Amino acid sequence: MSTGAIFRPFRHSEAERSDRSAGDRLRHRQKIRESIRDNIADIIAEESIIGKRGDRVVKVPIRGVREYRFIYGQNAPGVAQGDGNVQEGQVVGQGSQQQKGAGDQAGDQPGQDVYETDVTLEELVEIMFEDLELPDLERRALKQIPAERASKRRGYRPVGIRVRLDKRRTARERLRRKFATRGHTAAIEAPAEGEEDRYPFHPDDLTYRHVVTDFKNESNAVVICIMDTSGSMDTMKKYLARSYFFLLYQFIATKYRSVELVFIAHHTDAREVTEEEFFHKAESGGTFISSGYQKALEIIDERYHPSLWNVYAFHCSDGDNFDSDNPAALRTAKQLADVANLFGYGEIKPLGSRYYESSMLNLFRRLDAENFQTVVIEKKEDIWPAFRAFLAKDRAGVATAERPAEA
Amino acid sequence: MPDYTLADLEDWGKRILDKALELGLDPYPQEFEICDHNDMLGYMAYAGMPSHYPHWSYGKGFEKLKTLYDHGVSGLPYEMVINSSPALAYLMRDNTLCLQILTIAHVYGHNDFFKNNFNFKTTRAESTIATFKAHAQRVRSYVEDPSIGAERVEFVLDAAHALSMQMRRNRALRHLSDADERQRLWAEAQPRPDPFHKIHRSPDFSPPDLQRVPASPEEDLLIFVRDHNPYLAEWERDVLTIVHEEACYFLPQIETKIMNEGWASYWHREILNSLELPPELHLEFLVRHNQVVRPHPGGLNPYHIGLRLFDEIQRRHDDPTPEEREAGIPFPSAASGREAIFAVREVDRDVSFLRRFLTEPIMRELDLFEYEKKEEELVVSKVSSREQWREVKETLLRVVGMGGTPIIRITDADFGGRRTLYLVHEHDGRDLQLEYAERTLSHLHRLWGREVLLESLLGGKKQLMVFGENGFSTRPA
Repeated sequence: MSTGAIFRPFRHSEAERSDRSAGDRLRHRQKIRESIRDNIADIIAEESIIGKRGDRVVKVPIRGVREYRFIYGQNAPGVAQGDGNVQEGQVVGQGSQQQKGAGDQAGDQPGQDVYETDVTLEELVEIMFEDLELPDLERRALKQIPAERASKRRGYRPVGIRVRLDKRRTARERLRRKFATRGHTAAIEAPAEGEEDRYPFHPDDLTYRHVVTDFKNESNAVVICIMDTSGSMDTMKKYLARSYFFLLYQFIATKYRSVELVFIAHHTDAREVTEEEFFHKAESGGTFISSGYQKALEIIDERYHPSLWNVYAFHCSDGDNFDSDNPAALRTAKQLADVANLFGYGEIKPLGSRYYESSMLNLFRRLDAENFQTVVIEKKEDIWPAFRAFLAKDRAGVATAERPAEA
Repeated sequence: MPDYTLADLEDWGKRILDKALELGLDPYPQEFEICDHNDMLGYMAYAGMPSHYPHWSYGKGFEKLKTLYDHGVSGLPYEMVINSSPALAYLMRDNTLCLQILTIAHVYGHNDFFKNNFNFKTTRAESTIATFKAHAQRVRSYVEDPSIGAERVEFVLDAAHALSMQMRRNRALRHLSDADERQRLWAEAQPRPDPFHKIHRSPDFSPPDLQRVPASPEEDLLIFVRDHNPYLAEWERDVLTIVHEEACYFLPQIETKIMNEGWASYWHREILNSLELPPELHLEFLVRHNQVVRPHPGGLNPYHIGLRLFDEIQRRHDDPTPEEREAGIPFPSAASGREAIFAVREVDRDVSFLRRFLTEPIMRELDLFEYEKKEEELVVSKVSSREQWREVKETLLRVVGMGGTPIIRITDADFGGRRTLYLVHEHDGRDLQLEYAERTLSHLHRLWGREVLLESLLGGKKQLMVFGENGFSTRPA
């Protein structure tokens, strides 16, 4: 009655089935990455990200990969089926869900396209810094120490260990020898009857790769986080400071193989503390900023001598210092700027408190050092711009090339 | 491992086709391809097409489908069938024999619908696959052309995708050429012949503006931009054409979702019931069938609604209640209920199908309700009661098919003598989503190259959205 349909069997071979969406998926991933980069300031200001380990997966809300069309917004009722007993005024869902009307096209409702993607923190940091266009941080020539041992090829040798035998070159040597002796071998050693026409390798043919150990001069870095933990530093201020230190550490860590962290907490006197204590332990009392700087100088002198270490110091405070300490603060800050690659002061002024609280910014204006930078952080959205400004100082320093002589 | 062989499927396929033809279906030749879930995800991302031009949105679609599938949020369809001749359908390898049989029968239902429903007459099924392939090759050739490149092609595709659904909905109506349209306007403006012109005052004659471009408001945005922006390159025009043609191809499927699924469900049920399946297969069939056509509270299941309406049309014809006989049966000329639904599948689309056959009792049975968004919550605003069912139905008719896409027309391509594009949104009570309108206008602005204006109502006030060189702004119109 009819010619039946054609049935095509499943193609088991991978080769016959191409991953056709690979290119489009890749492009989509790129667009997500662009979107993350565009919103990086918002993303890194999220509490959930600050302080996580590098391999931790964080969820990042994605915008900007929506497909826009003309769609309805307000006053757009829908129709749906009930369970047989729907009453007027009953709540049947959340507005953020996609509208369940009969419009069945994909991606035409707002909200539907806002989704989260998983990114490891390392990846995020990479995205964060890839468009900063920063040159490598300047490293002090004298402070380099042999840090990395890598193997490097250095030509070929006739002797060596078995694993480094270069088969291709060895075979070539043999062929070369064979051609060179053409016409002579037959006379010298004609193959016996029934024996194959062999031309075996000779020890002279063997060629080995020559490998030397390569010492790379790498530098180490230390990030010194100094924070005012006096009574006036509340949780919000500490959080802002923490975010800033986190960024700084992440950035330095992308530039150096080994980065050490030192935490110094100070009020009227300073001490080195653990990370936990640094951020969570509340202290009280007044503030001598110079005490923190003095402590930092001591630690640098003891453990991180500038001839071996690149020193990055950053200090966060709300700017509330005892007036009597100001001259000492300025003097120690100057000393710290001399030994550090980069020294920054961040004044944490949550919104509104800027104008009636005292500030160290005026004082530090008098500090004349190219690698010193002050930033003001009022809210979490400021963190990223402030951070960029801080690093821009380093860039400017590189541009002007010459730095004051080493201390 | 599957519990069937290819020979089993061929055998059942033949029996199903014979039965389908016997019952009166008229499908295109059919081809089936067995695939696994990865292939299926791939086909779904590209609308089932074996060949399709590249664009990141399909990669996004794939990722989304795969995520939902991997996390078990949504399963995969049992089948997928595309409107082409021969019709191409994909069967999931891991389905049981019973599911495959059900699916094959279901596919023939869709196939018959593609071939016979009037909406699909314009889709040129015999060349679908070749057309999509040619589109893909052309787009790829532009991507590979060193003087064009992937970035610029993507730029135009992004913009074209944003506007592709702004199109005339009824493709069966012929689109008059500019000259014909002017002729028509002129003829229409002429005074009617009046036998009593001697005693009547002659009516005022106001000549139509025949200089205006477009002559009449134009709904095919992409095509209009293609034909009226002289600064577009040839390849850009071609990309716009390609995207428009694809939208035209998919339009009938959007417009007939409920009918199409209802029709296919009707026929898989009829065919499987008449196949005399072995008891264990039959039992599984009943379970699967009920899963497919069960109502989805909080949503609209097109399988359920479509099937219910086709059954109802047939019943009203074959076995009407006295009141229904009084009111008239749907197709008086049809000899039987079966014949009536065949007629319906030919001449209706979802909007007309629901308007004509969704009756008050059925609405109550389906428990259809209207909901509105109130402060992040969806709240039931109207139910299918005696007083409100008409309003619920009206709302349904507005959102079904292309109803989710606003109607926007170009009324003037040279507004103010500055080649500004003037568009008017036909407001039907629903406001445009402003952020989306802004971004979409920015796409249109890129394609048009000059300022674009969109007139609409926002919050009951007439507003003009402007996208020009200085970006987006709104002002009262």
